[in-house]
Amino acid sequence: MRRRSAAPWPLAVPAAIAIAFLLLPLVGLVVRAPWRTLPGLLADPAVGQALRLSLTTATLATAVSLVLGVPLAWVLARVRFPGRSVLRALVTLPLVLPPVVGGVALFLALGRRGLLGQYLDRWFGLTIPFTPAAVVIAETFVAMPFLVVAVEGALRAADPRFEEASATLGASRWTTFRRVTLPMIGPSVLAGAVLCWARALGEFGATITFAGNFPGRTQTTPIAVYLLLETDPDAAIALSLVLLTVSVVVLVSLRDRVLRAGT
Amino acid sequence: MRRVLGTAAAVAVLALAAGCGDSTDPAAAPPGSGGGLSGTVTVFAAASLTEPFTTLGRQFEAAHPGVQVRFNFAASSALAQSIAQGAPADVFASASLKTMAQVTDAADPKTFATNVMEIAVPPDNPGNVTGVADLARPGLKVALCQAQVPCGATAQAVFDKQKLTVPAVTLGADVKSVLTQVQLGEVDAGVVYRTDVRAAGAKVRGIEIPADRNASTAYPIAALKDAPNPAGAAAFVDQVLSADGRTVLTAAGFAGP
Repeated sequence: MRRRSAAPWPLAVPAAIAIAFLLLPLVGLVVRAPWRTLPGLLADPAVGQALRLSLTTATLATAVSLVLGVPLAWVLARVRFPGRSVLRALVTLPLVLPPVVGGVALFLALGRRGLLGQYLDRWFGLTIPFTPAAVVIAETFVAMPFLVVAVEGALRAADPRFEEASATLGASRWTTFRRVTLPMIGPSVLAGAVLCWARALGEFGATITFAGNFPGRTQTTPIAVYLLLETDPDAAIALSLVLLTVSVVVLVSLRDRVLRAGT
Repeated sequence: MRRVLGTAAAVAVLALAAGCGDSTDPAAAPPGSGGGLSGTVTVFAAASLTEPFTTLGRQFEAAHPGVQVRFNFAASSALAQSIAQGAPADVFASASLKTMAQVTDAADPKTFATNVMEIAVPPDNPGNVTGVADLARPGLKVALCQAQVPCGATAQAVFDKQKLTVPAVTLGADVKSVLTQVQLGEVDAGVVYRTDVRAAGAKVRGIEIPADRNASTAYPIAALKDAPNPAGAAAFVDQVLSADGRTVLTAAGFAGP
């Protein structure tokens, strides 16, 4: 028996405040957006440049995360070895690490004087900071754990009997992974990839620290928004609106995808 | 697949939590009590003023027991923007007249110092930089400030004088971020203020730009018209303009107005 009743006020009031708190800034953005001049603002070459760079780097970061992150999730979920839980905590640390700290850490590892970076510079003349590659690296560092966590969760939730059956029928672990496991967790991989992409698209702290800021080379959309706010607030709002739209689309598509897979 | 949704939701929450780390939040100061000297004086100051103003703030607190000085050091252009957005500041000290002019709220700005540009290189000078002309050399990694930040505008004035085009690898949000990249050795050179080179000590090497080729910027200071602590604001401005203030600024390498 389910009775529809109003929520008790100690829950309803804070919930209403929370809704207002979360939505009001977005409403502000939409209301204050310079709608009339929007097409002109977005047609600005500098704006297009930042958007293109962001889309390209976020997509590359997601591709790298898929290639490296799915196997990592599989190892964490399926292989038993000492220190596994410590390793899991360490590789998912960027989830909670302030991104700017990630940027500093990347400098110290891959910078021109970094742990590994000094050899890249000395032996190959390769310097990573301040290049589009540095943007991809910073975004991957911050976003990959989102994919790993989503995929590992799905692997743990997946029914092990299918993999066991596959093994019983003589399939190797690699074949089982390819033919049985991957199709089974496909929707989660997709959901994780979309989250990873969205996180990469919004990356700011690690990127501005490690990749710096130069229009067309390393100035991603969030960095452009931050700096435009000082010189051209309308353009900053217009770009923010684009990022907001992308976020809404991501959220809606994610929800549809997951629900469809569930029914 | 409910679990997938759960995981996705958890990850999304974490995404938001991580995103929070991005925002910079200048410490909001409680409003002062109005009359007399008490409470907190909130000073928004150009990043290049970090060292002398920290000293002046300590002297001010010693001279006025019970008063606290809080600083927000950042690019003048960023500070002007946040004051325009209503950040609760008592005093604004900027690194150019142009950024001060953007703050309509400033009451009677007074110039208290000037500064000139200098090239900062890592101590071992990996790019063999000897002067401004070297900065235009292809392959040399140079960091500059954003054009809207006074240090970026003043550096550009130096290049314009010599009709140089300097291709930077990165544009810092403020002068200290340029200095940091030089200190880390990630760039071969950065164009910063003479005072920044002095403040960095042995961590960077300075290459002076001859006076006839250099450009300077003026530092104005003003109490803000709707300062939460007007008495404290006026007293801090006086302190900066005083002979003691002059001494501290000179020691840091600033020239007189």
